[in-house]
Amino acid sequence: MKDVSYVRTEMLPEQDPPASTSGVIGWMRQNLFDGISNSILTLASLAFIYWVLSHFIPWFWSPTWSGGSLNQCREIVAEAGKESGACWGVINERWPQILYGFYPQELRWRPNLAFALMFVALIPILFSMISRRMNWFLLALVLFVATLFVGSGWLLIVAQIALVAAMVWTGWQIVTINGADRAEQIKGGAKRLPNPLFFTATYVFLMPWLLWGGSIWAPIATALGFAVGWLAYRLLSPIIGGLGALIVAIIAPVIWWLFLVGPVAAGINAILPIELEPVQSRYFGGLLLSITIGVVAIAVSLPLGIILALGRQSDLLLVKWMSVGFIEFIRGVPLITLLFVASFLLNVFMPPGTNFDIILRVIIMATLFSAAYIAEVVRGGLAALPKGQYEAADALGLDYWKAQRLIIMPQALKISIPGIVSTFIGLFKDTTLVSIIGLLDPIGLSNSIRADVNWNGIVWELYGFIALLFFIFTFSMSRYSMYLERRLRTDHR
Amino acid sequence: MTTLTDAPKESFRPSMLLYDSRYRAITIQIVALIGFLTLFGWLINNTAQNLADLGKEPSFGFLGESAGYDINQKLIDYQNQDTHLRAAFVGLLNTLLVALLGCIAATVVGVLVGVLRLSHNWIVARLMTIYVEMFRNVPVLLWIVFSMAVLIETLPAPRDFRGDSPEASMLLNDSVALTNRGFYIPEPLFSRSLGDIHLFGASSLRFDVSLDLIAILSTLIAGFLVSGLLVKRANRIQAATGDRPKTWYWQLGVIVVPTAAILAVLGFHLGYPELKGFNFQGGTYMRNSLIALWLALSLYTAAFIAEIVRAGILAISKGQTEAAAALGLRQSRIMRLVILPQALRVIIPPLISQYLNLTKNSSLAIAVGYMDITGTLMGITLNQTGRELETVLLTMLIYLTISLTISSVMNVYNNAVKLKER
Repeated sequence: MKDVSYVRTEMLPEQDPPASTSGVIGWMRQNLFDGISNSILTLASLAFIYWVLSHFIPWFWSPTWSGGSLNQCREIVAEAGKESGACWGVINERWPQILYGFYPQELRWRPNLAFALMFVALIPILFSMISRRMNWFLLALVLFVATLFVGSGWLLIVAQIALVAAMVWTGWQIVTINGADRAEQIKGGAKRLPNPLFFTATYVFLMPWLLWGGSIWAPIATALGFAVGWLAYRLLSPIIGGLGALIVAIIAPVIWWLFLVGPVAAGINAILPIELEPVQSRYFGGLLLSITIGVVAIAVSLPLGIILALGRQSDLLLVKWMSVGFIEFIRGVPLITLLFVASFLLNVFMPPGTNFDIILRVIIMATLFSAAYIAEVVRGGLAALPKGQYEAADALGLDYWKAQRLIIMPQALKISIPGIVSTFIGLFKDTTLVSIIGLLDPIGLSNSIRADVNWNGIVWELYGFIALLFFIFTFSMSRYSMYLERRLRTDHR
Repeated sequence: MTTLTDAPKESFRPSMLLYDSRYRAITIQIVALIGFLTLFGWLINNTAQNLADLGKEPSFGFLGESAGYDINQKLIDYQNQDTHLRAAFVGLLNTLLVALLGCIAATVVGVLVGVLRLSHNWIVARLMTIYVEMFRNVPVLLWIVFSMAVLIETLPAPRDFRGDSPEASMLLNDSVALTNRGFYIPEPLFSRSLGDIHLFGASSLRFDVSLDLIAILSTLIAGFLVSGLLVKRANRIQAATGDRPKTWYWQLGVIVVPTAAILAVLGFHLGYPELKGFNFQGGTYMRNSLIALWLALSLYTAAFIAEIVRAGILAISKGQTEAAAALGLRQSRIMRLVILPQALRVIIPPLISQYLNLTKNSSLAIAVGYMDITGTLMGITLNQTGRELETVLLTMLIYLTISLTISSVMNVYNNAVKLKER
């Protein structure tokens, strides 16, 4: 009988996968044309995209940058033989206003410098991979560029020479010594550059001075309040004991800030006047105003929110009730009502005769608003921590604040990063609400621009530009939060 | 001999208030309370003094005075000689109207976008991502003013509908007119109307409830109840015999037939808007500010809801889907019976807080001139009476009541659906 069994003795050569499952075609079959309904969806989406782009691109590509009014724009568009086109003249004419409001033109280097310095000041907080040398180099660079726009004088030339020297020195180090070698040197006890956080702390007082101007001695005297408290504690604690010294160290700066800052600053300024031209709050506007309110409120609301969250989680009943009451009240009312309080009532709540700045009032209310939301986010982070962490901290003998600082907060804050950042994004977007109480943020300005005879009837270009400005900030904030989450992720996935 | 003595009694020293953990908690709380009361007393004292200087004793008497301003979009009758309280009431209803409309639209769009963002279809998923990022990253106030501007600038004016060859025409068989002043849509009319019930007599809170509406709603509710009974019966039969009787036409019938009957009895017909002179008459008029606010709020909130829905669906582990598939359930039932009930537990709490946000954001109506509670009580009433303290406090109180009501409902729901761990 004939043996029909067949055994293959050699391997077949490898074959390519079928064309329909690999490469571009395979990808398209899997992702775009997987079944009838999916194909219909794809075709509909493509048609939609085509429809949008076929209208948008010709509209967007319109040579109206120099148009002085909507009518001129229309003439230009008609001459170009198009049906419709964007009128970019309004952006060309008004972009400085949308960015700076009515901040005096010759002084705009100050907000520019303030915001350039802000990024330098934020580097040590936001990015751990940028070295100290790099940070100081960037600071010197920003300051040097600023000196080029300020004016002239021998003092300025001295400063420029010093800054160039600093740049060359730090730059030389950056170029010649790479990161790994430098880390070795530091381990071996090499002297490090001062921590850039010192500049960050300085910046807190520098920013208001740059923006609002006035005597430099006012921010310096304010900063001295902290030194006063520290000194009081140092000098008094050997004499009257820690507790008494602590009380004095809290009271002394308050007295200093309430009663002595003004006269002291004025006194020194009379002897040695170093002043920037003051700019009043009503000239602030545009994105400058949004960023000022947003940044200050963000910076202050985080610590305040953490304290509120701890208060809400506290065992102390009274403290807990007060925190809960505050948080629920703030979260229960719209921000606009709080801004009305800032606009109409905050001065009424203060002692008679007080009249403090509208931007400051708005910042206070925005800070309180955002702090309540931060508190809830942080509370979520605290609640998500396993109880074992608290018990382990107790077992180590750590007291409440040490346990919070070393064990609880680092973990709870890490969990709450997405929530915190989205609260910040929300706050930054909500700064636009100040237009309702009459401040001229980009939206407030857009109303006045649209009321202008030249630009009456303009919609898409103006709002698109403003939306883009906000989008840049909020989108980069959300991307940064994703980056931070990745960096702090300690579990191995 | 040994004697048993008590431990020497520790005398109380003031420093124990701070260093002894038995007393420290009390000390801190008392200090906090004193601080809080001092601050509060100081604020109230300042306020009283400032108001006395201005000659404005706090009083809510202004609520009873004649308002003297018109409200252009209202759900209940209101004339300009009505009281400020009445105006505030109209405003409150307007707030609730736009909040309700917004929540419905935002949920529909949000769920759709959230599900489509998880679609296998690459283009659709990307388009939805663009939508979400675009709306989430731009201030809602910008969307509101922008929608308003687009409505005003791009839609035709009512006069464009006039003449023999008008520039614009009405939609849907001449029943809907989209103009830059607002939308005119057909209104429901009843030729054999049952009339209204007048609640609260002639006071500022007087309120008419249409009996027609009550009749229709109760018929609908009764229909749904009966249809629920039908489902129960079908379940019983299925449990007993294994066969499920087809019930959908019965279910549809008990809802549709009585409703159609009552509509016929009441003489239901639509009143169409008509162009008379320079404007449209008849029909229901939705002002452009309402439309703009509604559109912007719902599209903005929908972006957040989409993310919540997406996160909720992603939170259900793939094992659940696979287990359900292994049981032989088909795709639609896996979604309805396995995924959704679990995902809803994750989705509902943040969803409700989005509804809350939408309601609070509706206060931005003041930017486009929609007369909600912010526009009436905290807007024109404040400006006319100069009662900043009272109006702002009242407005806050109203919003606080709305928020706390919604969040207490949410707490009840959360407790009902939360995983019972034993």
